[in-house]
Amino acid sequence: MSEGWTLSVNGEERTFVGDGMTRLLDVLRESLGLVGTKEGCGEGECGSCSVLLDGDVVCSCLVPVFQVEGRDVRTIEDATAVPGLAALQDTMVTEGGVQCGACTPGIVLTAAVLLERSERPDRAAIREALAGNLCRCTGYERIFRAVEKLVDQRPRGAL
Amino acid sequence: MRGNQGTLRRHETMAHIDHGRMVGTSPARTDGAQKVRGLCRYVDDLEFDGLWHGATVRSPHACARIVAIDAAAALADPDVVVLTARDLPGPNVLRLIADDWPVLADGRVNHFAEPVALVAAPTRERARAAVGRVEVRYEVERGIHDLDQALASPRILASCRIERGDLEAGFAAATHVVEGVYDTAHQEHVYIEPQGMVARPTAQGELEVIGSLQCPYYVQKALALLFDEPVRVRQAPTGGGFGGKEEFPDAIAAHAALLARRVGRPVKIVYDRHEDMQATPKRHPSRVRHRTGVDAAGKLCAMEIEVILDGGAYTTLSGVVLSRAVLHAGGAYACPNVRIEGRALATNTVPSGAFRGFGAPQTQFAVERQMDRIARLIGTDPLTLRERNAYRLGDVTPTGQVLEESVSALECLAAAQARTDFKRRWHEIEDARASGEGHALHGIGLALSWHGAGFTGEGEQRMRSPVRLALVAPDCVEVRVAACDFGQGTTIVLSQIVADALGLPTEMVRVVDPDTSKVPDSGPTVASRTVMVVGGILERAGRRLVRELGQGGAPPASPAEFVELARAYLTQHGELEVEERFEPAPGQTFDETTYTGTAYSAYGWGVHVAEVRVDADTLATRVERATLVFDVGKAIHPVLCAGQVEGGSLQAFGFGHLEDLRLSEGRPLQDSLSTYVIPTAVDAPDFDTILIENPTRSGPQGAKGVGELPMDGGGPALVAAIENATGIVATRAPATPEVLLEDLLAGRTLGPEAVAGALQAGEPLEGLR
Amino acid sequence: MGAPDAVAVAGCTDLMVVDTATGRRHGAVVDLQRLPELAGVRDDGGWIDIGAAVSFSQLRREALVAEHAPILVQAAATIGGWQIQNRATIGGNIANASPVGDSLPVLLALGAELVLASSSGERRVSYADFHRGYRETVLEPGGLIVRVRVPHALPDQFQGFKKVGTREAQAISKVVVALSARRVEVGGQEHLADVRLGAGAVAAMPIRLRRTEALLEGAPVGADTATRAAREARAEVNPIDDARSTARYRAHVLGRVVRRLVGDISA
Ligand SMILES: Cc1cc2nc3c(=O)[nH]c(=O)nc-3n(C[C@H](O)[C@H](O)[C@H](O)COP(=O)(O)OP(=O)(O)OC[C@H]3O[C@@H](n4cnc5c(N)ncnc54)[C@H](O)[C@@H]3O)c2cc1C
Ligand code: FES
Ligand code: FES
Repeated sequence: MSEGWTLSVNGEERTFVGDGMTRLLDVLRESLGLVGTKEGCGEGECGSCSVLLDGDVVCSCLVPVFQVEGRDVRTIEDATAVPGLAALQDTMVTEGGVQCGACTPGIVLTAAVLLERSERPDRAAIREALAGNLCRCTGYERIFRAVEKLVDQRPRGAL
Repeated sequence: MRGNQGTLRRHETMAHIDHGRMVGTSPARTDGAQKVRGLCRYVDDLEFDGLWHGATVRSPHACARIVAIDAAAALADPDVVVLTARDLPGPNVLRLIADDWPVLADGRVNHFAEPVALVAAPTRERARAAVGRVEVRYEVERGIHDLDQALASPRILASCRIERGDLEAGFAAATHVVEGVYDTAHQEHVYIEPQGMVARPTAQGELEVIGSLQCPYYVQKALALLFDEPVRVRQAPTGGGFGGKEEFPDAIAAHAALLARRVGRPVKIVYDRHEDMQATPKRHPSRVRHRTGVDAAGKLCAMEIEVILDGGAYTTLSGVVLSRAVLHAGGAYACPNVRIEGRALATNTVPSGAFRGFGAPQTQFAVERQMDRIARLIGTDPLTLRERNAYRLGDVTPTGQVLEESVSALECLAAAQARTDFKRRWHEIEDARASGEGHALHGIGLALSWHGAGFTGEGEQRMRSPVRLALVAPDCVEVRVAACDFGQGTTIVLSQIVADALGLPTEMVRVVDPDTSKVPDSGPTVASRTVMVVGGILERAGRRLVRELGQGGAPPASPAEFVELARAYLTQHGELEVEERFEPAPGQTFDETTYTGTAYSAYGWGVHVAEVRVDADTLATRVERATLVFDVGKAIHPVLCAGQVEGGSLQAFGFGHLEDLRLSEGRPLQDSLSTYVIPTAVDAPDFDTILIENPTRSGPQGAKGVGELPMDGGGPALVAAIENATGIVATRAPATPEVLLEDLLAGRTLGPEAVAGALQAGEPLEGLR
Repeated sequence: MGAPDAVAVAGCTDLMVVDTATGRRHGAVVDLQRLPELAGVRDDGGWIDIGAAVSFSQLRREALVAEHAPILVQAAATIGGWQIQNRATIGGNIANASPVGDSLPVLLALGAELVLASSSGERRVSYADFHRGYRETVLEPGGLIVRVRVPHALPDQFQGFKKVGTREAQAISKVVVALSARRVEVGGQEHLADVRLGAGAVAAMPIRLRRTEALLEGAPVGADTATRAAREARAEVNPIDDARSTARYRAHVLGRVVRRLVGDISA
């Protein structure tokens, strides 16, 4: 299956030549030099390889590049991957949601999608959204608070 | 008192403590902005020209003789290089305590996944393919795979003993004698970034290694012995350690360096998760036996404790882990008559190693469960029993150390009671349990723990760690230490301490990346020593730098004055570097042969209160809320400090009920993140963290180490809460649903009438008995 | 549909894990998520008709599924985290034929049928006849699951689902059970009818607990029936020890969960 595959990565059209079953993770990290996406397990368990595929968060270690042909991929390197990403990034730092950082790119992307899709996620919703992103350092509490802080800052709609 | 990372302050202040402006605030960590944007470069993210990839041939057996190694098929790929123990330039040993840990197996393997040969190739795929083509013939032998087998024919890796008072007299005076045996299993670190290392010959022909590690000088010493040449070691940003990157990087660095020397180019070895879980050290499994004498009121009269650790195939760090295990085995309780004996035994399993807490979580699991048992016997609640026995100022520990300052056990207990209304709720559940209905069983449990900060005994005195501070520009002071940040926030925390000593904002302090060519050996980043010990020496260095800058005159009174003086100094003399070393407080001695004296110059104190919900049908436990009360001396950076406490506590809860690693013939049954489960965001409780500041003379602005303490009490608090909820008395961590079921079936409960009603309902157990 | 020896892939959440572990390579590959025949959820005269390449995220959002097969939505919500649900498909879950697949006992309980396609054409099979043994099914080599069909729910139909995973989320099942039954009034008392009880992780393949179903069929709703069903369910299975749990635990918990689900009918 060695062919050329064209995909849009962070808004730019990119071509990868090689086996279509190559993991998107390897294409990003090794061919495109986008090493912000991390590999923690290679089996879909840890979420540190999370990227956005047509806006949905997926594990890039489980996506063969041929399936991404013609589709839109966004990685942590794209400051505009999700609206509100930058505010979340800053809040994660100030609230203490970041320790070693290995889980952080994946967590930030997933949480940003939650904040984009849900107006006022409560803690249960935040937990559920992050269930596929393991963090071994923080105990998650400060990550939850970072997200909750942004939710609290949103103007409350009329009831 | 404010919760949620609020701090409870002691109003007494100590004369020598400055109250600076940076310490106590929570500035953004310096690597934060990069990490959240994916710009932080870990070892696997770095680029090197002409990089090759290394991979490891590992033993499929736990105990076997190596008959032959045939690399011919692998070498059919002309680029592939294969190395075995015969190709080592120096002694085949990674030196730690005993010289028994080989770089590569030679003649025999003593544990599953032991490295037998190394392979390098231009790509990772070719290296991995070549691994499969190295044929090793083994003659399998019978191994020793667990503590039961090891106890039957023990090979002792390390032992130690503490004795104080008159044990027999203590038991004679006791009203009750309580016995208990407690077990804990292997625990895997699961740092999210697996182990990884790059080694390369530099343009000058030197050897350099860069990797994910906690202790650059450990690696340097290991390589210096192997290559008989100076080696430069640099820490790359490290994606979690928890002790797992303390000693093991010596091995992977040696492997990468051997390959790099052979092929004359950079070689990278990065483990995948399976390899990491199979081949790297884990927490020592333990069995702890308690025999305790108490008087009618539950005051401890005598404690006899036996600690057995499973050290695995090689000694590595077992001696020091055992020492810490034994020193903490009596818990945070005063008892006049104590004997604690410890042994670490060899088994044919991957060497057990450093893991947050270093033996203390295992022995404190046991003592906390034992205290719960005692509380029931004398008819009181767990908190009251602890109040009666907890250390107070002036009490004496089993090593004869008089606790002269910063003892906060009672204060932590009081704060936990105030916050959670523990006693009332515990009793209410006890009273209602047997008649309760519904499948959600609620319980509350608590543990008190203590943890000595810094190296044990005179370890710090022997090391006399140097640190350096250098004025490199009028507005920049460089911190030169080997302390590694692998998530804890060491970098910003040390810069806060130094900033206050200098009277500067943190922006004017820069902590350089750990690199053995640039920083002195200020010791490993372990043992809760970085803030208290390294930070303490840095504080002194800061004061000295200011003095020297003043050149006899008045020290600078403001940052602006500092810059002015600094500019003048730099033009006159050039860079100003000061070095300070560890200085022991007077009168602190420890005798390692008799285990008497000052084991640690300061102790942190903590209480975990776990509130759980146990499903009566599945026996699955969810920690819903955790109240953490910790005396850290001084919270240098309250946000990061709370993060340490919470993250460590979640690891402890995982240890308590979730993280099960079982072996079959020495081979781990759980070697992936799918089978070895750590807590997800849904498993994590809501944390309510209260930091108490009861300063120590031994740390900067009173700070004590906090890295390990949160690991100690989480497990027993959780298991105690399960007991409160269900009536099942678990004595093993993790108390998985399977373990709880067996306990229930075997009648290891508070008694048939005391088991939760919902567990007895229907006809649940008959068919299984 | 591509070369005859082509490997059909959907969300790749099973396939890629195996590929990475074994280093195996494929020739031609077909992306099932691009085939319109396998897409979408529609109402089809008394049935809801689900494309095999529909992801679990999509299932969770479908009002039709929520209305007629709420336990399928519940199961979908427990399959991995967001990342997995966004990719994993119901057809992949079925084709992978793991004994622990979480949607499978649900499909057994709901009386689903499958539309299968192969070189010899399309056929319908009852899902209850699909699994043959450990990862063995009636699907011929190269055959495809095209649609998954679930009958509309009846007004008196009870549906229950319980997954016992290794932890609270992103967990593989130690035991998973789904129940569907109608409540029929006979002589002023509610009785059970058309009982289907599916279970996973207690045998080499997802199974219907036929003996327990027989016991429940026509039985009065209530705690006593629930307790008897628990005993029967436990006796009818022969689970194993593995890296995730023990045979004894699985048998015990199966009984407890069956009791709870049957008990919930009267609640
Ligand atoms: C981290 C993680 C967590 C998971 N958690 C769960 C869980 O909680 N519960 C659970 O049940 N599963 C779980 N899984 C397993 C997996 O996600 C599911 O089995 C999923 O439904 C598989 O679907 P897929 O589309 O990804 O299949 P693929 O991986 O694309 O395919 C799997 C196999 O089925 C074949 N196939 C796929 N679709 C069809 C079709 N329409 N016709 C014929 N053959 C087909 C493929 O050729 C392949 O051999 C998990 C997996 C991971 C990695
Ligand atoms: S690396 Fe993809 S989920 Fe862990
Ligand atoms: S910050 Fe280290 S794993 Fe999350």
